Amino acid sequence: MIHNVRTHISQNEALLFERSSPGKRAYQLPELDVPPVDALAALGAGNVRAGIDGFPEVSEVEAIRHFTRLSTWNYAIDHGMYPLGSCTMKYNPRVNELVARIEGLAWAHPYQPEALAQGSMEVMARLEAMLAEITGMDAVTLQPSAGAHGELTGILLIRALLEKRGDPRKKILVPDSAHGTNPATAAIAGYAVENIKSTETGLLDVSALERIVDQDVAALMVTNPNTLGVFEENIARAAEILHAKGAMLYMDGANMNALVGIARPGDFGVDALHLNLHKTFSTPHGGGGPGAGPVAVKKALEPFLPVPRLKRSGKRWAWDYKRKRSIGRVRAFYGNFGVLVRALAYILAHGGPGLRNATVDAVMNAVYIRKRLEPYYDLPYGSPNMHEVVFSDARQAAHGVRTGDIAKRLIDYGFHPYTVSFPLIVHGALMIEPTETEGKAELDSFIDAMISIAKEAETDPQLVKNAPYNTRTSRVDEVSAARKPVLRWKGGEG
Amino acid sequence: MYPENFRYTKEHEWVLVEGDTGTIGITDHAQEELGDIVYVDLPKIGARIEQGGSLGSVESVKAVSDIYSPAGGEVTDVNQALADAPEKLNTDPHGDGWLVKIRLSAPEEIAELMTAADYRKYVEAEK
Repeated sequence: MIHNVRTHISQNEALLFERSSPGKRAYQLPELDVPPVDALAALGAGNVRAGIDGFPEVSEVEAIRHFTRLSTWNYAIDHGMYPLGSCTMKYNPRVNELVARIEGLAWAHPYQPEALAQGSMEVMARLEAMLAEITGMDAVTLQPSAGAHGELTGILLIRALLEKRGDPRKKILVPDSAHGTNPATAAIAGYAVENIKSTETGLLDVSALERIVDQDVAALMVTNPNTLGVFEENIARAAEILHAKGAMLYMDGANMNALVGIARPGDFGVDALHLNLHKTFSTPHGGGGPGAGPVAVKKALEPFLPVPRLKRSGKRWAWDYKRKRSIGRVRAFYGNFGVLVRALAYILAHGGPGLRNATVDAVMNAVYIRKRLEPYYDLPYGSPNMHEVVFSDARQAAHGVRTGDIAKRLIDYGFHPYTVSFPLIVHGALMIEPTETEGKAELDSFIDAMISIAKEAETDPQLVKNAPYNTRTSRVDEVSAARKPVLRWKGGEG
Repeated sequence: MYPENFRYTKEHEWVLVEGDTGTIGITDHAQEELGDIVYVDLPKIGARIEQGGSLGSVESVKAVSDIYSPAGGEVTDVNQALADAPEKLNTDPHGDGWLVKIRLSAPEEIAELMTAADYRKYVEAEK
């Protein structure tokens, strides 16, 4: 039943420090053709280091094999489907990399004079304009480094506007299905957090919102579609309720992959949102980042955006630092520029209709998975899902098999696990997001693996509970690792 | 299972009142739901907490969850043993796994909490 995986040679690899032997080196310098300089005399003893204690010394081939072997231990989107819900692990098209390696962009320096950085500035200006168009917002900052940083920036902007009005307010409302970063953002921005319980269908409870929103509420932070993958159909009404009381609507754009080209947050009442370029716009993700979390806002929030802002000065682009109401910088220089280039390449390569198709395909793939797995896994919320689908382990739990066990067994079938135990409002959640990247053959292969595991859970639960078997290491003891972590390698000990 | 002399919250904390001192912990149902607990974050002695305010958090392999105080008061003692042995929360949630002791500032708040019988029904209904 396991089709995608065969055991193959996977070599053990010591730490580079343990491979070291004195005198080995991986480089060769040419003969000196200028008079030698005594570094000690030229720089002074305080600035010269004789050697680095414990620095590994290996040959070139040893260094190459070390990192190549480690790379074979990895699983990546280039190996297969990566259905990690809420993370939008889509394929990173090679055209993005091609464009990011164009010499003038790859070697641009942030201290380059404006006159010599017009191309890079044009890239940022175009990306800002396109993200504003896609989200239906008025202005965009590209500075934030990733999603949670974008959230914090967005909430600080809202705070700045409310303070300017002389009414900073005290609370931020967060639904119980929210990403954990939402309440964390609110707390760091100095707000008290109040939870709103979702309705039976897993949606924002608008009548509860109507009761709760008062003069103390600064904003509601909401993810749309929410973490169940369900579109908040009352979002426009929620915006009205908030706006009537002088509060604002912040949208966590983590799930924008379900909306691009179809619906615009600016049109359903959102005042500020962040985008995750490393999710929706196909830039490298996870350990391969860095990410980028641009924030898009409506006009009222625009004066508070981080400095510097791009502005047109005659025929050229210039940086505008003189903005009195700005919340200041949120990052050195201009954001993760290499990521911004890749996102622009993705948008231009797709064009408007292409982006829309990607969204439609992402939703279709998730709905296909839902329909085919519904007979085997419990679906706690029946509302129509968009780009991801959340099952629960209720049926398998009857045999003692939990969502974490199913995820481990999925590794044996050659897939990265889905998101486990999130959102918290679903007990034993299996959160699956295929993205538009996968074709029908890969989706079917994943679905067949999930069906096979559901059957194993009934006939041989121990098999699933002790998985994985085809991996380099068998199941690791996560509890001991967290309770008694060994955080540092100490040379020569144990 | 649930001691008769404890009172319980909807968020699955318990409190045992002795004089003006309340000993607070999380229920067996809570530890069951959380799974293996790996870290406990507790308040400082002397901290003042309102009823429903955050007493800290517990972290399991699955998630981090806030602990809400069943009653208001001042923290007089915290269970230091949990720093090295968070598993006590799983093995003995109603005994050795207690979290904090507080001096109750408004003992009448206790009357609002659930009895053992009410809590058993509440947990059954949640399942």
